[in-house]
Amino acid sequence: MTKKEALYNFVLRLGDDSLVLGQRLSELCGHGPILEEDIALTNISLDLIGQATLLLEYAGTLIPENKSNDELAFLRLEKEYVNVLLVEQPNGHFGDTIMRQFLFDAFRKPLFEALQFSTDEKLASIAEKALKETKYHLKHSSEWVIRLGDGTEESRTKIQVSLNTLYRYAHELFFTDESDEFLRQEGIISELSVIKEQWDKTTKEVFNRATISLPENNWKFEGGRVGRHSEHMGFLLADLQYMQRTYPNMEW
Amino acid sequence: MKTKKDWPLWEVFIRSKQGLNHKHVGSLRASDSVMALDNARDVYTRRSEGISIWVVPSNLISASHPNDEESLFDPAHSKVYRHPTFYDVPDGISHM
Repeated sequence: MTKKEALYNFVLRLGDDSLVLGQRLSELCGHGPILEEDIALTNISLDLIGQATLLLEYAGTLIPENKSNDELAFLRLEKEYVNVLLVEQPNGHFGDTIMRQFLFDAFRKPLFEALQFSTDEKLASIAEKALKETKYHLKHSSEWVIRLGDGTEESRTKIQVSLNTLYRYAHELFFTDESDEFLRQEGIISELSVIKEQWDKTTKEVFNRATISLPENNWKFEGGRVGRHSEHMGFLLADLQYMQRTYPNMEW
Repeated sequence: MKTKKDWPLWEVFIRSKQGLNHKHVGSLRASDSVMALDNARDVYTRRSEGISIWVVPSNLISASHPNDEESLFDPAHSKVYRHPTFYDVPDGISHM
């Protein structure tokens, strides 16, 4: 494995996570529970798609075929996407959307904090920009998890069920393979266990304040990182890819 | 019957840059001040409009009554001497 190959895998995973969650949140544009929250979720969606633009652009330069970010975003097959299963899960009700976002944000903040000091300058600069956005995303999703958990009996019950359902997908965020190991040895990325510690700390604090608890079972779903997706992914891609598939090379 | 359906209304004030006053930009709904600040950030500063936000519960604002307009504001119209326009401005003083 070369450095470029390892970096491509790593950057593509980050980019696909941003792209797919951005796409999911964009479905809520005009459908948010209140006007203010509609705008907040759409802002986050745009932040994520912006991150995907930068990450996939960089990824495209790391492969011999030199692909554009549009090619990577719109013209791959389902099994070629390497996002975690968590981000492709449907929006569900507002509590589901918020819990999915929180589990993700709590991971991405420490990840970007570490990556901004990467020896790979391009990756470091993308991380530095994304970190500012991610800090706000985490603040927003944490606030809502606490409000819903420590809210009414109904909202607490619902957000607890959201956690039980989505927690099974959370551990895939910490997936690693030989690409990660290679980059770690090269000093390009740091030890993932540090990020896991911070994720544990953040989620524990917020769930305590929200008066909800981790599910007792320890089920773990994974597969997205190696291209094995849930049944929701095909529908998402049908929306995402429609324009480029129907009108190839179309530009705005 | 009082319903809990609608959150309270808040007025939003944004300072566009250092040294300028906060200006009223609009209103929004939120259940408390923390949420009001977050919502204000999302609704009113997404095109880099500001560097500082104030939010105030709308019901705490006391407003003058439109019917009092004549007695409150008309008397000032005939008092041009209240404008300091009778001074010579020295050379070199700008922004007056």
